Amino acid sequence: MADVLEFTYEVSGEDFTRAGEASSDVKRKLKKLGVSPDVIRRVSIALYEGEINMVIHAHGGKITIQISEDAITMILDDRGPGIPDIEKAMTAGYSTAPDKVRNLGFGAGMGLPNMKKNTDSIDIETKLGVGTKVKMVIKL
Amino acid sequence: MTVEDLAKNSSLTLLTEGLDLSTEITKPFCCDLLSIAMGKAPAGACWVTVTVNTNTLAVATLTDVACIIFAEGSAVDPALIEKANEEEIPLFKTELSEFDAALLAHTA
Repeated sequence: MADVLEFTYEVSGEDFTRAGEASSDVKRKLKKLGVSPDVIRRVSIALYEGEINMVIHAHGGKITIQISEDAITMILDDRGPGIPDIEKAMTAGYSTAPDKVRNLGFGAGMGLPNMKKNTDSIDIETKLGVGTKVKMVIKL
Repeated sequence: MTVEDLAKNSSLTLLTEGLDLSTEITKPFCCDLLSIAMGKAPAGACWVTVTVNTNTLAVATLTDVACIIFAEGSAVDPALIEKANEEEIPLFKTELSEFDAALLAHTA
């Protein structure tokens, strides 16, 4: 069994200006590990979109990153409201972001589509009133 | 064209200090929606925008753009400039429109 590096981050749902700190840290770590720039970029984009979603919709949550020899796995776990209609949420342009978030330049409905586009697999488990767990894998 | 070449333009004011400006600019990129910039900003781009907040910096860092130009005389908070110095993202501001500012970084 190959070694797996694991990092976890608590994402605060309070401070919107700090959103992206986990993604930035993962990016720095991957750079140090010598991961290819293309993979780093895809991880960064997918993870940042997920992190922002957690802040906007779910009052924060927990991010777990697992790096193995052949893949990077990102697990985003929140105790938010859940996603009522995943198919709709995956549609480019569909957004339920509040106005204050749109004023900052978000809410174009590109988050989940960007996450899908930049990963090799995305798996979403969601339960209304309980939370959402997103698992994304990028192969190395 | 490098960021340093761009900085010679009198219409632009460089806000950050002491950063490496030798990065080659791949192309200009205009976008004010961070959600779109996140997915589309090309690595090494000169990103021209009027969206000025710390999330703009986060997106710039994660997409590896070469620099940011805040257009249309956008007000830029000193705390944001300080953060850009830390993240090593050169920031410019200009009174020009986004289109005219982008032309400065266009070399084709």
